[in-house]
Parts: sequence; C-alpha cells; structure tokens
Amino acid sequence: MSQDPAIRIRDLTKTFGGERRLFGRRSHAVEALRAVSLDLRRGETLAVVGESGSGKSTLARILVGLETPGGGAVEIAGEDAARLRRKGPRAFGKTVQYVFQDPVASLNPRKTIGEILSAPLRLLCGYDRARRETRLRELMQAVDMPEATLSRYPHELSGGQAQRMAIARALAAEADILVLDEPVSALDVSVQAQVLLLLQRLKRELNLSYLFISHDLAVVEAIADRVAVMHFGEVVELEETRTLFATPVHPYTEGLLASAPRLKRA
Amino acid sequence: MSEIASSSSAAGGGARPPRRLSAFALLMNSRLAAAGLILLVLLCLLMLAAPILPLPDPDATAPADRLLRPLSEGHLLGTDQLGRDLLSRLVWGARVSVAVGLAATLVAAVIGSAIGLVSGYAGGRADNLMMRGIDMLMAFPYILLALAIVAALGPGLMNALYAIAIVNIPFFARNVRGVTLALAHREFVDAARLSGKGHVSILLSEVLPNVAPVIVITMSTTAGWMILETAGLSFLGLGAQPPQADLGSMLGEGRAQLFTAPHVAIVPGVMIFVIVISLNLLGDGLRDALDPRLRSGALSRPGPVTAIARQGPVPENSQPEAALSVERLETGFSAGAGRYQPAVRGVSLHLHAGECLGLIGESGSGKSVTALSVMGLVASPPGLIRGGAIYLGRREVLSMPQTQLIACRGARVAYIFQDPLTTLHPTYTIGRQVMEAVAAHQPLGRQELKARAIALLRQVKIPDAERRAEHYPHQLSGGQRQRVGIAMALANDPDIMIADEPTTALDVTVQAEILNLLRQLQKERQMALLFITHDFGVVADICDRVAVMKDGEIVETGRTRELLARPRHPYTRRLIACVPEIGEGENFLPRVARLMAREAREISA
Repeated sequence: MSQDPAIRIRDLTKTFGGERRLFGRRSHAVEALRAVSLDLRRGETLAVVGESGSGKSTLARILVGLETPGGGAVEIAGEDAARLRRKGPRAFGKTVQYVFQDPVASLNPRKTIGEILSAPLRLLCGYDRARRETRLRELMQAVDMPEATLSRYPHELSGGQAQRMAIARALAAEADILVLDEPVSALDVSVQAQVLLLLQRLKRELNLSYLFISHDLAVVEAIADRVAVMHFGEVVELEETRTLFATPVHPYTEGLLASAPRLKRA
Repeated sequence: MSEIASSSSAAGGGARPPRRLSAFALLMNSRLAAAGLILLVLLCLLMLAAPILPLPDPDATAPADRLLRPLSEGHLLGTDQLGRDLLSRLVWGARVSVAVGLAATLVAAVIGSAIGLVSGYAGGRADNLMMRGIDMLMAFPYILLALAIVAALGPGLMNALYAIAIVNIPFFARNVRGVTLALAHREFVDAARLSGKGHVSILLSEVLPNVAPVIVITMSTTAGWMILETAGLSFLGLGAQPPQADLGSMLGEGRAQLFTAPHVAIVPGVMIFVIVISLNLLGDGLRDALDPRLRSGALSRPGPVTAIARQGPVPENSQPEAALSVERLETGFSAGAGRYQPAVRGVSLHLHAGECLGLIGESGSGKSVTALSVMGLVASPPGLIRGGAIYLGRREVLSMPQTQLIACRGARVAYIFQDPLTTLHPTYTIGRQVMEAVAAHQPLGRQELKARAIALLRQVKIPDAERRAEHYPHQLSGGQRQRVGIAMALANDPDIMIADEPTTALDVTVQAEILNLLRQLQKERQMALLFITHDFGVVADICDRVAVMKDGEIVETGRTRELLARPRHPYTRRLIACVPEIGEGENFLPRVARLMAREAREISA
C-alpha cells in the first residue's frame, strides 16, 4: 500500500460534446484530455501548469470524481477510481479532496462556516456531535483562524480567510490526497504568500500529497517538487522542479518561462 | 499584516455584530410596501375577527329590506337583492376569497417549486420532459384551462382552488428551474457533493435555501393575481355556490342590479381592489428587500456622470505641463442616510505625454475608483466625488458641463477594461463595435467608418482584419478580444489611455503579447498611459513610473526601477517581498516565513 503512488493516471482521455443530436448531426467535440499519464507520489507536491484550455481543470475534476473519465485508467491510493466511484461519493471523498479556485463561490452563502465544515465530519467521518465540535476547533487551529469564525457567513470573510475555510473543509474529510485547483490565484500577493505557507506546513504536519494546479510559474517553483506542463490536453513535459526551470526541454515550456513577467529584468 | 490583523479583528469581532439590515427594516424603508403591509394586516385582522364581530348572519335573507342603500340603519353598507347585510357578506366573503387564493398560492408554490427544483437540478432528459409538460400547461389561455378543469371536476370552491393552483404551477416551475439551473453548477454544490452529501440532501439543504427568496417573491407577486382568479371563477358561477358569500359571487350577483343599485357590485369590487393592491405593494417591497442586487441599488439607473459635491476650494494644478493631473481627489460611496464610505482619500497623480504610470495596489485599495473618477465614470448612486480636481492639460474636468465631459470620453481619454467579454456587446460584430466607437466622435460615412475600423484592427495586429471584423466577440480568443478593446480605445486618437488590469484575465504568453502591443502603440503615438494592476511583474515590464496605493491613499511614487530595487515605504517593501520570483524556487517560502515571523514579533512587541 505504501509503495503505491497516491494517484496513478494512465492514458486518461476525456472528450466533451460529440453526442448525436435529435436530427442526426453530431455536436462539436472538444478533446480536453488526450492520453494523459501521471504519477503523484506519496508526500510530494506535483504541480500541473498550463494555460486556459489546456485541460488541467478537467483533470482535477476527474480525479475527485466530479467528472467521469472518457478512457484510460485512474488509481487513487492503490484503488481503481471506477470501483471507488461505484462505492459512492463517500468512499471517494474519504480518499481525495478538492480545493476550489474561487473560495467564496465554493462556500454556500446561506450557511455558516460551522455548518459547512460539519457536513464532511458527519457524512464522511461519521463523527457524533461531541467529536465534531472538537474536530471543528482543531481544524480552525490548523488553518490559523479564531473559533468565532465558525459562526460567520462566507460573505463576511476576506478572500484569504475564505480560502483557509475551503482548505479546512478539505482537511475535515481526513483524506491525505488533496487536489488544489488554482488555490491562490484569486488572492492578493501578501495573502497568497500566507496561504502557500499554510499549505506547506499542513503538508508536513499531516503528511499530505498535493496535486497543485496553477498557471503561475513563480508560485509553482516555490512550492512544487515536480512539475507537469500541459498543453492542449497533453502532458508535454514532466520533470523535477529545479531541472525544469533550469533546462526546459519542450519549446512550449520555454515559451511559458520566457513570457512570465519578472520584477528584475536581466 | 492585513491577513493577521483582519483575522485577529475577526476574533475580537465576535462582540461587534456585523451591520446587516434586516429584511423587515428594509421592507419598512419603502413607504408603499409598508402601507401595503399595514393595510393587509388590518384586513386580515378584520377577516379573522369575523366570528366575534357583531355581524348579522351573512346568509339570512330579508325580502322586506332588499337593496337598501349604504348607511341605512342597521346595515352600514346596505343590503343586496335578497336583503342580506352587505357588510357581513363582505367580511365573510373576503375571508373565503383570501383563504382560497392563498391556499391555491401555497399549493402552486409547493408543486411548482418541486418540479422546478428537480428539473433544474437533474437537467438533461428529465428536465426536457418536465419543462415540455409545463409548456403544454402554459400553451392554454389560463382562464380556459381553469374553466376546463372546473367543468371536468364540477363547480365548487375546492375545485376552483385546484384549478387555480394547477394553472399557476408553471410560473413557479419556470422561475425556480431557472434559478436552480444556475445554482446546480455552482462550486459550492460540487463542494457539498465532495463532502459526501447525496442528491436529495444537496437539493434540500444547499439549493433550496438559495432558491427560497425566489419562491417567496413569486408567491407574493402571484397571490393577488390568484385571489383575482378565484373571484373570476366565482363571478362565472363556477366557484362559491349560493348562498355562500365570496367576493367574486357577490360581484356576479350585483351585476344584475348595476344600474338600479350599483353599491351591491361596487362594494365587493372595491374590496377586491384593496386586497390585491395591498398584496402587490407588499410583494414588490418584499422582492426589493429580499433581492441582494436590488438592495445594493444595482437596478437604480446610474447617472451619466458621477455625482460631484465638492467641499472646499478646487485645488490648483501643481504640474500644468502634465497631460493629466489628479489633485487631492476624494471619491467614495454614499451608504444612505448621509453616511459616506471613502474609497479614494486625497490622491494626487501626474501623468505626462509619452509616459506610462503604473498604479498598483491590492484589492480594495481604491485604484480602480481613482481611474474611473478621471472621466466621472464611477456609478452614481452610490458614487460621489467629494473633493479634489482633475486637469486635462489646462481644463478642469469636474467643473465642465456634463455634455463636454461626455464628449471628452473616448476622444481625449480612453479606457481599456479587464474583461473584454463583458465590455464588448455579444450580438454585434466587432467591426461594427469599432465603427461605433469611431462614429461617436467623427462624422464619417459608412464606407469611411468601415475602412477606419479595419485599419484600427490592423494596428492592433489582428490577423486577417477584414474577415475578422465580421466575427462576434465569442468567436475570438481572450487575447484577440482585448486587442479589439484596445482598437476601440484608439479609435479617436486619445491623448490619454487608462488601462484597468487589461491583462489580468489573460494567459502569460498572451499577456506578454498585449503588453508589447500597448508599449509599442504608446511610444508611436506619444500617448500617456495610466496602467492599473496588482502585479509587480507587469509593472516592471511596462511602466516608467509607479504609484503604490493602499487604503485609498498613495503611499509611494517613484521611477519603476528605483522603486522596485529600493522601496522606501514599509508597505511597498512588504508587497514586493511577498511576490515569488522565478529563479528563487524553494527559498521563497522560508524567506516569507521569516518576514511574517518578524512582523508578528513587531506586532506583539
């Protein structure tokens, strides 16, 4: 079990559209993923970078069970994802969790933070009331937020605070694999730095594995162990972070690195 | 600091209740809605008290006293053709009508909302099937459908209730489905699914609370209508059966005496009017109170120019040679009842021809409001310019007559916004939109306009401009759309261009291209460019000088290179320190951690 990678993806494909319509014509098909193969090792941060339309969000949604794969094989924590899906959303949620890009949109505006965080504790972990209260307090401590936040509504929080809550919800399920979809791109730089620090500390303390999706190369270089570059639904390069940034091989990776804005021009 | 400070203030904020206006207070703010509510409460009290009021039996006939005028002795509102007391019949009849109308509303709301929720959430085939059924219901004229239902079930109040409820189901189903459809694909619904919730639980605990205001609004706006329909069916003799009183049947009976004793028909008619108008007033007020978009005043039409109420003298232009001078600008938002929320506090900026000035700050720092104030584009209400001056060369913008200020927009000062998909009109071709931008200031013929538009599209390097001009915004990529936005800004050779986060929504490779284009156009035309952004990397790339904004004030201004290398203000220093740089790699987080730890020590010290 411990030798199994956290996530193993082999030849994953996904096509949107292309169904036959009522009067025979096929609708326009978009290949979001074409034969993607990746391994997320235990305890590592694997970054997936790419521009809009490269298929990185589709990949993330398949990994957490929000989309079904078109073809290929996905194993999560050594178990076949199709079998996990048949076991129902609860089995999936216990193994892998997702942090959304827009923290405010991912929190129900009409529920308090406490109610939102209780759902995974009750449904996925099956904790009773007393145990839930303890866990809620622990979670607030883990993401550096005061307990009073539990009684607040999402719109009363700043972007950074809301993202901490979204991370707390992912932690609540006690899954040790997290798929983070652009978790800091909606945040101001100083808040972004704090959330990155938080993510790094949580990973160390709780022994998590991260699949970190981002378009910001500087952020990726700061936090990732390895980087996969996606382009039009394919992984064009997969390398240790240091190697990839020092000697990019694929021309697309080179282009990305060249066009990233920098503070100090050489 | 901001995050730590705000989270600690959140901790202390438990004592300070967040200022939220309750829906009831909002409702009472509207005089008409309050009047409707009071009227309705009085009517309801009257109807509920019917059994204990000293009223004669509404069904007791007295042929001797038939058709007495109002204010006769013992009969305040007179009697009908059978000598029954009209006041008593009115109170008892209104009771029946309102009860049936409200019950029908409730039934229609429950069934219609359930259909709408399931249909919107399930989508696909189930949605299609249910909505086509609803369409069929809607295809019949409602009164015909109600008549058919009553004809099939037989006349009577209960059957009238069913008929009215069924006829009104589509209103609820369609409204609720629309809202549910939008909610079903929201991230928090996905998040709930990942938290282990099943479909029923998601529908009831995630979607329904967000749909509830729509259901309440639909109920409050249709209840009056349903009471009217109840009266209509009774008027036709299909609802309440004699001798039972009900507003519609009273009206029907009064019709025969309309010329000899008009009060028999007028009394229930006025009652129906009063009930329906009070319900509708209340319904409108309720809708305004419950809809957060209406609450913030989004639907009140903004004026063409930001409201200006300068207090104190107009500041002098301290750099008359600058293309654009902003002097001690104070812009904010009026929050009702004389309250004022400042967004820009005493900002001064000077922008010279051929120069690019960056305005950088975090969200909420007031950089966009500053930019929009220049041409009076902050929406009013609630926007308000309270002080300062804006000079275009020698002319002061805020003292100009409105028509002149509007004439300056686009001609002297042009804007480029963040998301061209929202600023371009979706149903016009881009060529036509560029043509309109030109035509706004230059009286040219159609052929000339077209040639000019295509030339502009070429200047912003849109390949195959002639063919592209025929395309619609959605057919273009984000980068191409932003090029169209730039072409429209260039249309009238402005002296000053204000770009508000023009590359934030774009991919890095596209961003680099757009920045190149802007830099090149600016140098060619010696334009002054005010570039608003939150990204220091972009500032370093394009700006000659940069101003850093925080909480509505400029904390530091300087040449870009010097400011980035040696920031003087602690806030700037901190912002720059938090930006990860390519090449820094794993050293970034330990460095930031040290910085944060040092700040935490300073705060506690």
